[in-house]
Amino acid sequence: MEITSSQAAFAVLAAIIVICSVLSVTTKRILRSATYLMFVLFASAGIYLLLNYHFLAAVQAAIYAGGILILLIFSIFLTSRPGEKLIHIAASQRVMSALAALFGFAICTFVIVRSGLKIAASASGKIDMHVIGHALMGSEKFQYLLPFEAISILLLASIIGGILIARKR
Amino acid sequence: MDVPVEYYLIVSAFMFFAGMYGFITRRNMLTILISLELMLNAVDINFVVINRFLYPDQLEGFFFTLFGLGVTAAETAVAIAIIINIYRNLKSIEVKNLRGMRY
Repeated sequence: MEITSSQAAFAVLAAIIVICSVLSVTTKRILRSATYLMFVLFASAGIYLLLNYHFLAAVQAAIYAGGILILLIFSIFLTSRPGEKLIHIAASQRVMSALAALFGFAICTFVIVRSGLKIAASASGKIDMHVIGHALMGSEKFQYLLPFEAISILLLASIIGGILIARKR
Repeated sequence: MDVPVEYYLIVSAFMFFAGMYGFITRRNMLTILISLELMLNAVDINFVVINRFLYPDQLEGFFFTLFGLGVTAAETAVAIAIIINIYRNLKSIEVKNLRGMRY
């Protein structure tokens, strides 16, 4: 059995996700935590690419890495001193929460492996931008004009809310 | 397409529970937010993978992920505004110092 290129790419991306997501929640420096989060987000953009969802990969890289992560890093700079270490909670509590997380992961893995998901035959080919644009702008069945408008209202509300909350009085 | 669908789902489940561990154990509001991002991202991967492998002719999971990304961005912006405001008032963003905000 030989390894195809997409299997190798998936193995690399999965390793990055697993290692960096653990490091991101266990490291003692907050800035390193944000950096590991960035690696995880880029690796998930890579998974979208692997699944032939190119547009979604671009959106993921732009919004997460370009927007949210810059916001997080700037707020880390604003709220913590350089070299400051995070407070760790008691070891017993950490062990208990690690056990809870592992238990949940074990249950999920068991369910996934036993579920016997049926893969559709035509699971390949990339999506044309025309299809995405028409689905986003139409108001018929399986078209998404209403959520699109709703999310524009949401973004306006969060802009106003962000300014109102964070401004100096 | 020659990686089984279960592998993708297991990776995203691992990511979700890593985020859950962080959500429970962290005591700094920004790191709690980072753990939350991990969990949301795992859910996004689940949507995309199930859309691609089980219903490749439709785009529901694709658009759920697209709108989920937008909602996540808005939520993070407001959360960070709140955190910076808390820092301005209390000079700390540790969760244990937030008792004064209760009323």
